[in-house]
Amino acid sequence: MEIPYTFTARPDTGLYNGKLGIWLFLASEVMLFGALFTSYLFMRLGADPGTWPTHIQSIPLGFTNTCILLFSSITMVYAWVALKERKFNQFRVWLVITILCGFVFLYIKGTEYYSKYIHYGVLIKAEDFDKYSGEFKKADVMVNEIPTQGVFEIRGHWENKTDKNATYYSIIPDKNFHPIGYQPPPGETAPSGDEEQTFKIDKADVERFGNLLPNYGTYYAIYFTVTGLHAMHIIGGCVVMLYFLILGSKLYRRNPEQFANRIEVTGIFWHFVDLVWITVFPILYLT
Amino acid sequence: MDDLPPSAEVSAAPTHVPPAQGHGEGHGDGHGGHDDHGHEHHELGFIRTYLFSTDHKTIGIQYLIAGLILLFFGFCLMLLMRWQLAFPGQALTWANAHNHIMYQVKEVCYHLGLCRMPTTPLPVPPDPNDPPLLQIIFGDAQMPGGIMTPDFYNTLGAMHGTIMVFFGIVPVAFAAFGNFVMPLQIGTVDMAFPRLNLGSIVLFAISAILMLGSFFVPGGAAKSGWTSYTPLASISDQPQMVVPYVLSIFHVIPLWLTFMPSGAAPGNGLHLPGLQVAADGLHLFRLHVASWHAGHSFQWPMWLTGQSVWIIAMAFNITSSLLSSVNFITTIVQLRAKGLNWMRLPFFVWTQFMTAFLLLLAFPPLEAAALMQLMDRLAGSSLFSPTGLVVNGTPLINGGGGSPLLWQHLFWFLGHPEVYVLILPGLGIIAEVVANNARKPLWGYNQMVYGLFALGFLSMVVWAHHMYLTGMGTAISAYFQLVTIIISVPTILILSSLIISLWGGSIRFTSPMLWATAFLPLFGIGGLTGIPLAFNAPDTFLHDSYYIIAHFHYVIAPGTIFALFAGVHYWYPKATGRMMSEFWNKVHFWPTMILMNCVFFPMFLQGMAGMHRRMYDGGATYEILNQNVLHWNVFISEAAWLMGLAQIPFIINFCFSWKYGRKVSDNPWEATTLEWSAPSPPPHGNFLKPIVVYRGPYEYSVPGDSTDYTPQDQPPSHGPIPISGPFPAEERAIGIPHLH
Ligand code: HEM
Ligand SMILES: [Cu+2]
Repeated sequence: MEIPYTFTARPDTGLYNGKLGIWLFLASEVMLFGALFTSYLFMRLGADPGTWPTHIQSIPLGFTNTCILLFSSITMVYAWVALKERKFNQFRVWLVITILCGFVFLYIKGTEYYSKYIHYGVLIKAEDFDKYSGEFKKADVMVNEIPTQGVFEIRGHWENKTDKNATYYSIIPDKNFHPIGYQPPPGETAPSGDEEQTFKIDKADVERFGNLLPNYGTYYAIYFTVTGLHAMHIIGGCVVMLYFLILGSKLYRRNPEQFANRIEVTGIFWHFVDLVWITVFPILYLT
Repeated sequence: MDDLPPSAEVSAAPTHVPPAQGHGEGHGDGHGGHDDHGHEHHELGFIRTYLFSTDHKTIGIQYLIAGLILLFFGFCLMLLMRWQLAFPGQALTWANAHNHIMYQVKEVCYHLGLCRMPTTPLPVPPDPNDPPLLQIIFGDAQMPGGIMTPDFYNTLGAMHGTIMVFFGIVPVAFAAFGNFVMPLQIGTVDMAFPRLNLGSIVLFAISAILMLGSFFVPGGAAKSGWTSYTPLASISDQPQMVVPYVLSIFHVIPLWLTFMPSGAAPGNGLHLPGLQVAADGLHLFRLHVASWHAGHSFQWPMWLTGQSVWIIAMAFNITSSLLSSVNFITTIVQLRAKGLNWMRLPFFVWTQFMTAFLLLLAFPPLEAAALMQLMDRLAGSSLFSPTGLVVNGTPLINGGGGSPLLWQHLFWFLGHPEVYVLILPGLGIIAEVVANNARKPLWGYNQMVYGLFALGFLSMVVWAHHMYLTGMGTAISAYFQLVTIIISVPTILILSSLIISLWGGSIRFTSPMLWATAFLPLFGIGGLTGIPLAFNAPDTFLHDSYYIIAHFHYVIAPGTIFALFAGVHYWYPKATGRMMSEFWNKVHFWPTMILMNCVFFPMFLQGMAGMHRRMYDGGATYEILNQNVLHWNVFISEAAWLMGLAQIPFIINFCFSWKYGRKVSDNPWEATTLEWSAPSPPPHGNFLKPIVVYRGPYEYSVPGDSTDYTPQDQPPSHGPIPISGPFPAEERAIGIPHLH
C-alpha cells in the first residue's frame, strides 16, 4: 500500500506531504517560541526597577553564533542542491559542514552558559550596605539598587568557594555589570573584565547569594529557557542530519528524489531554528 | 475552492473498467472493481497488527478504547469526590455506603406509604484493624480510615479535569474518530504519515501511564486544579531543585566543558573549569545517594512529585496531539479523493480540520508554559511566582519578579481553544447523524463551514474571559467581553443549522439519532448559559461558582459525550461489520439522559445562590449562606452514582456486539458519505476500487432518484447532471433546503 503524494507534488496544492507537514509543524513551533518571546516581553515590561539586567551578554560571542547559523543555513541549501543535481559526495561535504556549524554553535553556547555558572551575584541588605558602600565607591565597583526588594546587588567571581567554614564571601567584582539604563561615558566603551581587588562581604549581611542560573532571577530563568529550548532544537537538527549522513547512501540509492525531499524538509527546519536565533539575538543580547 | 463542473469529472473518471467485484452493496455500478491496494497480504505478527500497527483504523480503535476507559476512570474520580460533597467528612466504607443506600430505599418506601420515616444514618467509625479498600488503594496519607483528606479531594478534582479533557475527550473525539473515520470519508488509503501516527499514539500511551502513575508517587498526584494555577502549582508537593542532578547525570557536558578555554576565570596555569562543574554536581549527587544509604531504603527523588509528573505527562500529551494535528491537516489537504473538492467534504471532516488547527496553534503556548513551570519547580526559578511570596508564613526566597498572571494568560490561550477542540468533533458527528437520519441534506452547509472558520479564528482571541476577576483592567475586560459575545454567533449559527436540518425530515430514531436529538437542546442549554458569563458584571458574581461547573458540563457532558455515544453507535457497524443492540442502547440512553440533567441542572441553582466550586465540604462550612441549596448535594451525588451504573448497559453492549451483534451490510444506515463505500470492516488500504467523487456529501431524498440516498461516489446515471430543473445540481450538493 502506498500513500499518495509522498514524494511527488499533488497538482492542485503543489506540495508533497512532507513539505506541508513540516510547514505545519513549524507553524506550531512559531507559537511555541512566540509564547516564550511574549512571556519575555510581559516580564520585562513588568519587572521591578533594578531587576532586569541589560547588556550583560557577550555581543561578540552572540554575533559569532549568529553568523555561524546563517552560514550553516547556506551550506544546508547547497547540500540539497547537490542532491538535486545527484552529486552525492558533494552533498556529504556540505552536510558535514552544516553539522559542524551546529557543533560549534553549541560549543560557544556552552562557554556562555559556563560563564553564567562561575559568576555570582550578591544581594546585600540595604540596612547593612553602608558598611560596604564607601569601599565600593573608592574602587568604582558597579552597584545596582533594587528598591522593591530592599537590596543592593554586586556581581563577580567567588574566591573562597572551597572554604566551607568562612563567615564571609570574598568577591572579585565584575566591571561589565551594567545596571538597567546604564550608558557608558561619552566617547568610551563600557568597561569589561574584573576588578583587581577582592572584597569581603559578611554572610550575615547578605540577603541572597548565588550564581547566575535560572533561580537567580527572572531574566536568567527566561534566558535559559529560551536559549536552552533553542539549543535542544539545534541538537535535534544535528541528530537528524547525522542520521542522514550515516544512512544517507542507502536511502539515496533506494530513491534519490525522496531522499532529496527529506533533506529539503530538514533544511526548512534548520532555517527555522536559524530564524529563532535571529530573534533571540536582538532581544537577549542587543538590548 | 476548485469547483469543477460535474461533467469535467465524469470524463476524468478512470477509463479502465476492471471486472466488478460485487462486495457488499451500495457500490457504484460500472466503476466497481479491485485495485491492488486492498489485496496486498503482508503477514504481520500480532504485535504489528494490534499493538504497534500503523493502520489508521487500528490506531483509531486503540484511541477509542483507551479514551473510553480513561473517561470512565475520570468519571469514577468524580464519583469519589461526590461522596465527600454529599457527606462531608464521613468515611467512605462499605458500612457507610450500605447505610445510605438502605436509608434511601426506606425513604422511597415511606413516600409510598409502606413504612415510617427512617432516621438519618449515623456515620460508622472506621475500624483501624480493617482498613477500607480505598485506604489500601490510595494510601494512608490520602484516605486515612476512608476519610478523604482535603489534599486528596484537590487531587481528585485536578485529575478528574485533566483526565477527562486531555486523556478522555480529546483522544476519543479527535484522535479516535478522526483517525478511523476521516481518511475513509475523504476516500484515501491511510493517513499521510502512518508512522508518525504510530508515534503519536505511543506518546499518548506514555503520557497516560505517567499521569495515572502519578497517583502513587509520594504526596500523590497533582492537586492544583486542571488549570494548574501558579504560584500554587509551582510550589506544591515540595519541588526540589534538580539542577545539581542534571549537572551530575549529564556528566558528559561537564567533561566537555573541561576542554574549554578558561576565559575570564582567574587562577593560574592549568585550569579545568569543566571539572569544577562536574565536581559540584557529583558532590550533591553523592550527598543524595548517601542519604538513601543512611535510611537503608530507596528514596523517591523529590523533584519527581505529583505536579512535576503532571507537567511532564502533559508535555508528552501535547506533543502527541501536535503530531496528530500535523498528520490530520496534511491528510485532509493532500489525500482527498479525486473529485472531492473542498465544498464536498462531509462536515465531520471540516470539524476535524478546524480542530487540528486549533490544537496545532493553541497547544504550543501551553507547552511553553509547562516548560516554564517545570523551570520554576526544578530549576528554582520564579517565572510565575511574584516577589515577596510568603508560603505558610515564611517568605519564599526566590529570584522574584515573576508573574502569576502570565501563567493564566498562557494557560487560557490554550484553554479556550481547547473547549472548542472538545466540542467541534462532537458537532461534526451530530451533523453526520442528523443528515443521515433526517434523510435530508444539512441545512446551510456553506454557512456552517464558514461559521466553523469564524469560530476557529475567534476562539484564539477570547481567552481572558476566564480571567475577569484577576484585575487585568477594565479596558482589557471590555475587549474580551465583546469578542466573547461575538463568538457565540457562529456557535449558535451551527447549532441552529443542525436544528433546522430536522425540519420537514422523516426522522428515523435509530440509536445514534437518539443521542443526537438529546444533544441539540442540551448543548443549547450549555451554550446559552455561557452568554451571561461573557459579561463582566454577571461574571463577577458567577465566576468560580457551581454555575460555571454546570455551564461547561452541559456543553461537554450532554454535549460532546452524547455526540461520542452517537458516533460510537453510528460507526460501530463500519468498524466491526456488526450492529450494536438498539434495545440496550435505550436502556443506556434514557437513564443517562435523565440523570445527566439531575446532576447538572441543580448546579445552576447552587451556583446562582453563590456556592463556590472548589469547596472541600461542598459549602457546608458556609451553611448560613448556602442553606437553601445545600441539600442538592446529596441529590446530585446520588444521581451521579446512578449514572455510573447506567453506563453498564453500554459497556456490555459495546463488548458483546463485537462478537455477537447482528451482522449488517456495508452501508446499513443507507448513508451517502464515502466511508460507507468501503467494506465493513475496511481492509488494510480501505477501498476495493479507486474512489471518484461526483457530488456533495448529503444527497438525501434527491427527487427522481430510485433510492432516498445517493452516495458521493455514485456516478451520474444519465451523463452529466442537467444544470436546469427544479433542483439545480450545484444547490443540491451544498444543501439548500427543500422545505415544504
Ligand atoms: C456559546 C458560547 C460560550 C460562551 C459565551 C462561553 C463563555 C464562558 C465564560 C465567560 C467562561 C468563564 C467563566 C468564569 O470562569 O467565570 C466559561 C467557562 C467555561 N466554558 Fe464556556 N462559553 C461558551 C461555550 C462553551 C463551549 C462550547 C464549551 C466546551 C465545549 C465551553 C467550556 C467551558 C469550560 C470548560 C469553562 C470553564 C473552565 C474552568 O474554569 O475550569 N464553553 N465559558
Ligand atoms: Cu472560554
